[in-house]
Amino acid sequence: MGAITVTNLGKAYKQYASRWSRLAEWMDPRGRPRHHLHWILQDLSFTVNAGEALGIIGINGAGKSTLLKMVVGTTQPTTGNVQITGRVAALLELGMGFHPDFSGRQNALMAGQLLGMRVEEVSALMPEIEAFAEIGEYIDQPVRIYSSGMQVRLAFAVATARRPDVLIVDEALSVGDTYFQHKSFDRIREFRAQGTTLLIVSHDKASIQSICDRAILLNAGKLAMEGTPEAVMDYYNALLADRQNQSIRQEVLANGKMQTISGTGEAEISNITMLNEAGQSLAVIDVGQVVTLRIDVQVHKDVEQLVLGYGIRDRLGQTVYGTNTALQKRVLTSVVAGSRVRFDMRFSANIGPGSYSIQTALVSSETHLENNYEWRELALMFEVINVNKPLFAGVAWLNPDISINHLA
Amino acid sequence: MSALLRALWAYRGFILGSVKREFQSKYRNSLLGAAWTVLNPLAMIVVYTVIFAEVMRSRLPGVENTFGYSIYLCAGVLTWGLFAEIVGRAQTVFLDNANLLKKLSFPRLCLPVVIIASALLNFSIIFGLFSLFLLISGNFPGMPFLALFPLLAILIFFSIGLGISLGVLNVFFRDIGQFFGIFLTFWFWLTPIVYPISSLTEGLRNVLSLNPMAPLITGFQTVLVNRTWPQWETLWLPGALCLALCVFGMGLFRKHAGEMVDEL
Repeated sequence: MGAITVTNLGKAYKQYASRWSRLAEWMDPRGRPRHHLHWILQDLSFTVNAGEALGIIGINGAGKSTLLKMVVGTTQPTTGNVQITGRVAALLELGMGFHPDFSGRQNALMAGQLLGMRVEEVSALMPEIEAFAEIGEYIDQPVRIYSSGMQVRLAFAVATARRPDVLIVDEALSVGDTYFQHKSFDRIREFRAQGTTLLIVSHDKASIQSICDRAILLNAGKLAMEGTPEAVMDYYNALLADRQNQSIRQEVLANGKMQTISGTGEAEISNITMLNEAGQSLAVIDVGQVVTLRIDVQVHKDVEQLVLGYGIRDRLGQTVYGTNTALQKRVLTSVVAGSRVRFDMRFSANIGPGSYSIQTALVSSETHLENNYEWRELALMFEVINVNKPLFAGVAWLNPDISINHLA
Repeated sequence: MSALLRALWAYRGFILGSVKREFQSKYRNSLLGAAWTVLNPLAMIVVYTVIFAEVMRSRLPGVENTFGYSIYLCAGVLTWGLFAEIVGRAQTVFLDNANLLKKLSFPRLCLPVVIIASALLNFSIIFGLFSLFLLISGNFPGMPFLALFPLLAILIFFSIGLGISLGVLNVFFRDIGQFFGIFLTFWFWLTPIVYPISSLTEGLRNVLSLNPMAPLITGFQTVLVNRTWPQWETLWLPGALCLALCVFGMGLFRKHAGEMVDEL
């Protein structure tokens, strides 16, 4: 239960030249079409195994929502089909069908019935729904006086009252306060642990990376890439920057990871290394060790401004620390073609044990979206081990001075 | 077909809940609440009976009864009201529920079923009151009253068949809704509801015989005013049309259900 198979899925909307053309087409006894098809999605095939979590990534208009609607079954595909086994729950739009004049309890009952539950079933689940939504005595007040957050909480609680075989989530979780976001995410994780198949659309890198096994990237209605969330997310970021004729390439590194490089190419990184104080190249760093990140940049064309940015990311792809030379007030101006620039960044590696990667960006200003010369994911990999510090947890080395006083 | 019915059965909770909710929402924030569901139709019946029978002393030709014309009027207006409510709501049902249709996956035919059920609920309240009036005033038709049920069945399926057909077309051609509003007014006056058909000239009567609502409404009037069984053979036109419209409406709905969501 819970497998999704999408085969040759495509969706096109009919476009008519004028309002009258549709009538003409309907009336035409020979059935000559008078519309042309506007394709939103084409040739989409993928499978999600039972219990797997798949993230769907893509810029606005890439066809993500259309895809989800076809998977849920509200929109009919033009070509191909979607096969799902098991019970599906969708968090496409929370609070659908809530009537403002009725109480939260009545609306919850109604929403549950709309999801195909029986009255007794919803009634039996009501205490749990109330507890999860945490809206207290408001449950018996009309929904019209609810805050938007309260409505969302109630709607989420109803929609996830029963564990579905397949859960489809469309960025619904970006609403509500941080506390509730965490809470709802915990519930999704819990479902996942119990074997629910997940299909998530999100722009939030962290949520995709932390929960999904795999991700697909939709671009202009086509499947642009399928792979690990990290690799797809990197490619997506590169795509975002790719609004000005930039090239994107991905290389498989020696360790099997995928490196994404994109940019317009005015400048590029020719060498990147991590050095110890003696100037020797390092692959393994001790917690707290003073190191120098050395980046050599080759400039191919004259550029007015050159900013180097870098970020240290943990194995899940979350940025532990990131900065750039603009933020540090060290912008280079009027750099001529052919020049080679060496950047040395000296810092104490106060980060926890684990595997890290460095991501770099050569740009003209603080944001990488404008004049992106080169953007490189996984530019350098290194390990941090704990050689001589007391054992600790987490990604940051924040060693305390502990003073203990007996007060009584 | 059986799969369809099973899906509807599975969503019976939603259907009943919707009807209940619709009914409640009308009087939600009023002080008298459910009392209004009785007061409104009561006022209407009082107007038709007291004003026409007592004040204006209108008489129906050939009927020696103080309330003759009032009953004639109610028999026509109440049943026409049921027809107009079902058709009127069915033709906008997909537009009104656009959000639900686009975002949630549920058996779409729940929506027309909800319309029928809630129109029937309203109708049974008002018609119950009317029947009570007939009993009290000594005008209850007796056994022929049972003929109302097949008549109602034809009326309802005729209405929903027509309503769904218009509802689907209305999604693609919004002119349908506008046009039908005007059409319904003409249709009402071209049906013998306010005036007796005997008051018309021979030529007009022939024209009216093409109106499928005329024999149907006349059927109700025969039962309630003349207290006799209706002439069943006059009902073949509405009966056949009722079947044809239901088949056509379902076909249209099935063919365009997918495309409809794209248009909403």
